Amino acid sequence: MSKIPSELKYVKSHEWVKKLPDGSVVIGITDHAQEALGDLVFVETPKVGRKLAAGEACAVVESVKAASDVYAPIAGEVIESNPTLADTPETINTDPYEGGWMWKLKPSNPAEIDGLLDAAGYEKSLAD
Amino acid sequence: MSLAPDPIKRALNGGAPAAAEPLIFEVSRPGRRAVAQSPLATVAVALPAALKRKTPAALPQVSELQAVRHFTRLSQLNFSIDTHFYPLGSCTMKYNPRACNTLAMLPQFLGRHPLAPESHSQGFLACMYELQEILKDVTGMAGVSLTPMAGAQGEFAGVAMIRAYHQARKDEARTEILVPDAAHGTNPATATMLGMKVREIPTDAQGDVDVEALKAVVGPQTAGIMLTNPSTLGVFERNIKLIAQIVHEAGGLLYYDGANLNAILGEVRPGDMGFDVIHMNLHKTFSTPHGGGGPGAGAVGVSERLRPFMPIPVVGKAGDAYKWLDERDLPQSIGRLSTFMGNAGVLLRAYIYARLLGREGMHRVAEFATLNANYLQTRLRERGFDLAFPTRRASHEFIVTLKRQKQAIDLTATDIAKRLLDYGFHAPTVYFPLLVPECLLIEPTETEDKETLDSFVEALCAIWEEAKQDIAFVKGAPYTMPVRRLDDVRAARQLNLRYQPG
Repeated sequence: MSKIPSELKYVKSHEWVKKLPDGSVVIGITDHAQEALGDLVFVETPKVGRKLAAGEACAVVESVKAASDVYAPIAGEVIESNPTLADTPETINTDPYEGGWMWKLKPSNPAEIDGLLDAAGYEKSLAD
Repeated sequence: MSLAPDPIKRALNGGAPAAAEPLIFEVSRPGRRAVAQSPLATVAVALPAALKRKTPAALPQVSELQAVRHFTRLSQLNFSIDTHFYPLGSCTMKYNPRACNTLAMLPQFLGRHPLAPESHSQGFLACMYELQEILKDVTGMAGVSLTPMAGAQGEFAGVAMIRAYHQARKDEARTEILVPDAAHGTNPATATMLGMKVREIPTDAQGDVDVEALKAVVGPQTAGIMLTNPSTLGVFERNIKLIAQIVHEAGGLLYYDGANLNAILGEVRPGDMGFDVIHMNLHKTFSTPHGGGGPGAGAVGVSERLRPFMPIPVVGKAGDAYKWLDERDLPQSIGRLSTFMGNAGVLLRAYIYARLLGREGMHRVAEFATLNANYLQTRLRERGFDLAFPTRRASHEFIVTLKRQKQAIDLTATDIAKRLLDYGFHAPTVYFPLLVPECLLIEPTETEDKETLDSFVEALCAIWEEAKQDIAFVKGAPYTMPVRRLDDVRAARQLNLRYQPG
């Protein structure tokens, strides 16, 4: 069974969102997503400064099986990208919720976060 | 079950897989040459000294016999349609009749220079004109251009024509291309290359396009939709007429990806389904050896309203004479896609294949391709395998999902693919389409006999049984190939593609 930390928010398309104390958010892909993709060999994260709409495809994760888009869970501006993923994409496999974070976002509308799925809601979406 | 020699025994008795062939560089010795093959000592063109290389090229130095043996041994390591069943889904790895090759290589064809005047090229032009006519007829389109040099270029040409059509009508807000999530990855890639915005349409549980979702997103921004039918899920898109109506009413055009044309050849015509533009992978459906990266031919067919935009040159006929149609005849053309007119050799093979089949044979291609797929699907279901779309009839291909086997005994699609090699079968397509977990996409094609299909079923059952007994053994496969299981993750992470001397 894949891990779904209770303190995070989720999107059906398998991204997680974590609120930081300064109002920004960290985004990555879930344990379930990395498991389904298999060993990652390439990760592309959005450039700092890019403004994203909710649901916009903005990153790519590529495994030996498939290349998949990663979507922005909420709207906002990219303020940091995880620099280690270019050389060690496997961090997402081994540590999807901490070391494998993908980008940080300054939300356009922080209230959007509250509309995302909680851990129970995401778990239910996996069962559907 | 007759699978001699027993691949397990072969493996356990040290079944002596052939030693991997060394690189030709590794057998190189300084000064060794193939004198009989050497170029003339005299230099035909005097190159300026500044352009001449300072050091000799780092080429392998071997004798003629060494070169012949090296490449012959490499060719014997091939796992190919000429030696093995090759059920690679979505690829149509059908057998290519030898006659297509022989006739396309007649010296009169091989010797024709692409710049030869029309008066000297009437035979070749006649074949191309007839091929255009045959393809128009079998797809129900109003015009055909043979010039795209690959499926990808055919797609490019198709979407470029859609764009040109909207631009010619000053309807320039149409910049969005709709693509079902079951589409070939090339579809969104093509649209993106042409500066279009891609919007994904979901698929329902039965494998059909979600019509309600489609209705919700079409509008004045819709340039068109790209569809494969039958889809990559191995099922026929039943709502195609409704989809065509929705997209057309919104002002968009329909693009048909010809990847799966083999399933409907001569039975249903994309033009009759309402498609405005279609690309055909002639190298797949019309018989040219492929899978090694080319050459291909991605002919495009168009409806009446897209005819002015066809890529040039196209072959025309005036009286009894054939001629090239170019910018003067098609001033609104999207232009040229290659120096001359596409891959002439592949087009000739397609023409000969079509002529060998005739109208009746064309039907039989689709009938046997779908019969073989449905037979395999039924046999595998009887033996306990799970189908991704159990309620649907297969098209020319179908999907088995190993989700249950993965959960129960950790048997994956990769494991089956690798172990099948020991049983003498090329693997089906694995992990595509992306919508189905642990999937095998199986396309037997029309040219396989029942005995081959039966032994493929037995091999899959035997591997499943082996996995129940000893999953580690299956995970160690293949055992009888020149190399064992390759580390594909490391290969992708640490690219090492070139021999580097020293």
